[in-house]
Amino acid sequence: MTTSTNLVYLIALPLFSAALLLLLGRIADKWGHIFATLISASVFVIGAIEFFAMQGRDGEARAATQKVFEWISVGTFQVNASLLLDQLSICFVLLITGVGTLIHIYSIAYMSHDHDRRRFFAYLNLFIAAMLLLVLGDSYLNLYVGWEGVGLASYLLIGFWNQKPAYATAAKKAFVANRVGDVGLSLAIMIAFTQFGTVTFAGVKEGASGASAGALTAIGAMLLLAAAGKSAQFPLQSWLGDAMAGPTPVSALIHAATMVTAGVYLITRSNFIFDASPTAQLMVVIVGAITLLFGALIGTAKDDIKKALAASTMSQIGYMILATGLGPVGYAFAIMHLLTHGFFKAGMFLGAGSVMHGMNDEVNMRRYGAIGKVMPITAATFGLGYLAILGVPPFAGFYSKDKIIETAFNAGGIEGILLGGATLLGAAITAFYMTRVIVLTFTGTKRWDENAHPHESPFLMWAPMAILAIGSVTSGFLLSSGSALVNWLQPVVNEHHEHHAEEFLPPLVVSTMALAFVAIGVAFAVLKYRTVPLIAPTDVSLFTKAARKDLYQDSFNEAVLMRPGQKLTAGLITTDYKVIDGLVRSVGWIIQTTSSTLRSIQNGYVRSYALIMVLGVLALVTAIWMVTL
Amino acid sequence: MLTAPKLDYALLAPILIILGAALLGVIVEAFVKQALRARLQLAIALTGIIIAFEQLYRVRNEGSSIAAVTSVSIDGSGIFIQGAILVFAFLGILIIADQDHFAPQASALPGSSEEASALESGKQQTEVFPLTLFAVSGAMLFPIATDFITLFVALEVLSLPLYLMVGLSRRRRLLSQEAALKYFLLGAYSSAFFLFGSALLYGYSGSLSLNGLTDAIKGSGGNDVFLLLGAAFLSVGLLFKIGAVPFHSWTPDVYQGAPTPITGFMAAATKAAAFGATLRIFYIGLDAAQVSWKPAIAGIAVITMVFGSIAAISQRDIKRMLALSSIAHTGFVLTAVVSLNKSALSATLFYLVAYGFATIGAFGIVTLVRDSAGEVTDINRWVGLGKKSPLVAAVFSLFLLSFAGIPLTSGFVGKFAIFSAAYESGNIYLVVAGVLSSAIAVFFYLRLILMLFFADATSGSVSVVIPSLLTRIAISICAIATLVLGLAPSLLFDVAQNFAYFLR
Repeated sequence: MTTSTNLVYLIALPLFSAALLLLLGRIADKWGHIFATLISASVFVIGAIEFFAMQGRDGEARAATQKVFEWISVGTFQVNASLLLDQLSICFVLLITGVGTLIHIYSIAYMSHDHDRRRFFAYLNLFIAAMLLLVLGDSYLNLYVGWEGVGLASYLLIGFWNQKPAYATAAKKAFVANRVGDVGLSLAIMIAFTQFGTVTFAGVKEGASGASAGALTAIGAMLLLAAAGKSAQFPLQSWLGDAMAGPTPVSALIHAATMVTAGVYLITRSNFIFDASPTAQLMVVIVGAITLLFGALIGTAKDDIKKALAASTMSQIGYMILATGLGPVGYAFAIMHLLTHGFFKAGMFLGAGSVMHGMNDEVNMRRYGAIGKVMPITAATFGLGYLAILGVPPFAGFYSKDKIIETAFNAGGIEGILLGGATLLGAAITAFYMTRVIVLTFTGTKRWDENAHPHESPFLMWAPMAILAIGSVTSGFLLSSGSALVNWLQPVVNEHHEHHAEEFLPPLVVSTMALAFVAIGVAFAVLKYRTVPLIAPTDVSLFTKAARKDLYQDSFNEAVLMRPGQKLTAGLITTDYKVIDGLVRSVGWIIQTTSSTLRSIQNGYVRSYALIMVLGVLALVTAIWMVTL
Repeated sequence: MLTAPKLDYALLAPILIILGAALLGVIVEAFVKQALRARLQLAIALTGIIIAFEQLYRVRNEGSSIAAVTSVSIDGSGIFIQGAILVFAFLGILIIADQDHFAPQASALPGSSEEASALESGKQQTEVFPLTLFAVSGAMLFPIATDFITLFVALEVLSLPLYLMVGLSRRRRLLSQEAALKYFLLGAYSSAFFLFGSALLYGYSGSLSLNGLTDAIKGSGGNDVFLLLGAAFLSVGLLFKIGAVPFHSWTPDVYQGAPTPITGFMAAATKAAAFGATLRIFYIGLDAAQVSWKPAIAGIAVITMVFGSIAAISQRDIKRMLALSSIAHTGFVLTAVVSLNKSALSATLFYLVAYGFATIGAFGIVTLVRDSAGEVTDINRWVGLGKKSPLVAAVFSLFLLSFAGIPLTSGFVGKFAIFSAAYESGNIYLVVAGVLSSAIAVFFYLRLILMLFFADATSGSVSVVIPSLLTRIAISICAIATLVLGLAPSLLFDVAQNFAYFLR
């Protein structure tokens, strides 16, 4: 462990910037976006310096900590606001600040016509600060603060254009769904505290080795619930599609590259819990497998380009979650896929934003077509991201996704075959819906609106896209050559496990199978979308109908949770009003009435007063008499 | 052969100084030019009170039960209450000095041409100062008197000036005079009970002193018609003065009719004096017979606080509301009286001071809220005052919160002390009744605050006059005391505990 004094600036700078821009208000309109971008860039620089410094240190000394202040000190409950920068968190720091800075730059142009650009940048900085706190906290409680902070930033940014009621509703939906997950996280923290008496990662890790299976499973299940909320995993996945209401840079940063992957971070960080509880691990892989197929299926039927990409995000995070559930060997691949996904998905979202920017904010892919000719840079960067997500060698996804598929097969037995099958099927569907996006958007014939005059986006927008595209091409190779990332993360996730998985199938076979499935998916899409009707056809299969409706996730939530909940609320309100308030009101009524009666006794006649006194004297004498008798 | 009784003048000095100042005031009234009188009277009154207080402070630790043969007992409780009365008198006179509240010529018939010419000439009558001082002297004698004759004289010296002062209101004179007459009639009526009770107790014990009474009860057992009837009748006189139900009927009418500064003075000082005497009689004279009277007085305590709290709710006049609230407070203090232990005694002393400050302050604020025809006491017209005069409304709210017993005000500490003393003595039902009626009372205090701050003003134009410097000082002292005693109650509480004793 190394003690550092610089970590706090990673969080303090963007937090300060956010506060400044919000407090200054319109005064900062002229320079707020530049300031926020510079702050984000300087945080990235600090992160990079820390990264190189860390590489210069060896083994145990690599992780750095900083105690910022004593936060809670109640009896035996001691929590410091302390930061921990280790091999795992530095990956996130670089991803968050790197992609974050690119998206800041992109947003300068993308949001240039927006009246509230300064506020937008303040929220972006707030998000950066909260997300960094999330990955830098050294205890679950510190993490929780960042966890809530990104939830807030996400809420604020989804509803950034809250003048549209639908967008405000989408923000609320995301917030509520996240709250369900947050309850899971707080329960996990509470159970951990009751079991181990501490909430620091190190303390819980120490305690986990001697804890009961039941407690570990409970903590694991609650952490999984938290991860499901934040990372849009089954059954809390429904908010992510609606979250696309936010400005597209937000979708790229928060709802593709960083925040939604917090669940993967949480599970990876808690590896000592899950490794010790096979039941919890099983839950994780089931959730991951369901979500990766669920998201992929939804993606096949979406005409809204951002929603198609959102479904894809859900599905790809499903891959990561599944990988984290596969034990020590899976964590590194989950993180690798997380990083490569951060590049290619953010790049594709920015590409989508670029297309929308040129098409008067049109999001319906049926109104696109042949955009590749007018927006070549966008098409090229998007195309590279496409190849990456498909897992075509040597693009990034090939390295990360194939590893997950491999590891899934290596889980062994029926479980391995089921999981491997699911990931392969997912890869095929991914290929189908991504090809569909490409075909509908960039190739084919123009189906544009009359007013649309698409043009290539300005430099400030395409430069970040280009950089991300480079990442989409190279990151997979860089991270996996010589098992770089696996070795790098080994101290965090794999300390005491010398793992030698038996290979179910040789890697080459898996890769070939995966590519074959991808090819099938691509072929299907190309064949199916030779012609594209302007209006989505209605005589489609039941399956397409279901996928268009997000596999009835909202209907389910509404029927099972919302309406009974509303009935319960209405019932409680009635009870409150009739019974409880009624009781209170009748007490009040009785007192009021008594009061009015008493008032009438006070009639102003001195003779009545004297009479009352006489009666009082009689009563007093009688009372004393009775007691004495 | 009669010998002149030996008097300890040093111990009696505070009362004598006040009486002297009052007599000086009478002389001033007779011989000094009208134009100078008001200032001179004010100076005499304030100086007299300050010197008396200084003298009282000097003898604070010199208790004696033979300062005037056996007629008075200068002891902790007596000195504490005398001090409180002097402070209340000081504050009261500061507000009384704003002459605008008093009739220019009290003897002129309401609506007569004499009244009109008196108003026109701008005459000011200043008898109110010596009258107040006479009342103060009676109030100071009442809580230290130890025989029935002295008690009765003190009661009358206290009451007679008050009867007059109640009738001095400048506006709504008929109401004021009606209140004065009612107060006088009912006061005389209750005094008769007090005197009759004294006679019966003399008949029982053969002694006029409280000590003699105690000895007699201890000698013969407390079961005698004369004793019980005497105790009951004596109690009636006291209960009347403190305004306990069912001897409270005068309170709303008198509080409403009296000039508001007088109401505030009366509510604080008279109540303190009457409770001082009540405590002494019940703790010293009738202590030995407590089995007989305790349940009855406890019952009266419960009825009083419940009645006061409930009846206040439907009041539409701010002074009547405060009057009924004072009845409720009487009930709270009575719970301490029947607890008959030292912590109850110190709690009562604290409560009387806390309540006195808040009361003088609250009535002081009432004097400020006016329209063209004078003070406005209709609660409905106070609506929205907080928006027009936030400071005045905020200070008034502070007093209301203290009445309601909300923490960080002196009222909370007082109530807490009283209820815990009652709990300590085993009277749980008194605590329950007290807390419940406090809860009822909170309703109308908070409703009033809501009306002040959170409702829109109605059309009736009420304005707050800029208070004179003296009034401002008085209200400020009351507000600061209310707050300080809430934040740092031990400042006064320790004093009250040191002074919570009686000498026999």
